Amino acid sequence: MSLGQRVSSDHQLTRLLQIGVVLEEVVESRAAHHLDSLPPEERAAIDEEVRELLEEAADESADHRERLEALIDDLEADTVAYEEINALVDAQYGPPEDTDGVLYDQLANEETAYKFYDDLIDAIEASDGEFAIERERLLETLYEIREEEKEGVEEVTEIMEHRA
Amino acid sequence: MNTADQYLKAIYLAQRIEDGPASTGTLADLLEVSPASVNEMIGKLEDRGLVDHEKYKGASLTDEGLGRAHDALQTYCIIERFLANVLEVEEYQDEARALESVIDDTVAERLDTIIDRPGECPDCFDADRDACERLEVGDGCAD
Repeated sequence: MSLGQRVSSDHQLTRLLQIGVVLEEVVESRAAHHLDSLPPEERAAIDEEVRELLEEAADESADHRERLEALIDDLEADTVAYEEINALVDAQYGPPEDTDGVLYDQLANEETAYKFYDDLIDAIEASDGEFAIERERLLETLYEIREEEKEGVEEVTEIMEHRA
Repeated sequence: MNTADQYLKAIYLAQRIEDGPASTGTLADLLEVSPASVNEMIGKLEDRGLVDHEKYKGASLTDEGLGRAHDALQTYCIIERFLANVLEVEEYQDEARALESVIDDTVAERLDTIIDRPGECPDCFDADRDACERLEVGDGCAD
């Protein structure tokens, strides 16, 4: 068992970045499928604001995924094809029951992603290990993605608050 | 998962292996640390009301310690299954141990939405094999 919260090898870092990719795929896949999965009358009730939020969330997650994959590529490790993960996410995906469910699910996804990057940054900063990619570039990318996840959480919260 | 949670998980598994209190030696083997480190941490967990320790017998989880050990084992189980069934990692046990300290319960729960974890988790965890007894590797399916 590894005691202590730090990332000490390229291999471990690669795995963690892969988990980040999968979390982004979950956000992307769910955001893209939320509208389709709702019953027609619920779908019609979704306003433009929520539609835009979901579209932006899907685009942003695709961007995050590509940035994480660029880091993984430079660590020279194998990764799993996006299509394969997407199929798994779809297979296990229980559609939200109503508009609130769509927003709550989106909020939970963004919050989880934020928490993940926050923990990952802490674990990297706690380590003095050398990686095959520049530490500065790695942390800068993760800081930026974490900030965008934070903004995503705030955006969903704001919409939920003024709809309440 | 923090260090305390890793110890609670190990005590839970050692209690099952030994069918009684967890001995220092078994915990040291499971955690790959020295018996002295185990004793020091057991003392801290006892102070926090998570463990009862009886000299010459070993450590037992209190009700609160048991709840936390369950959560820690569930998180570990999710990471193992995720590595084995989604990322198709062969050395999923070693890698799960390396990752468990960085993966939070919230994140594990989200990963759990794309794996098929049985409802009886963590009771179906096989301590000797260090994996869920229903985790089958190689067919891409959890059950």
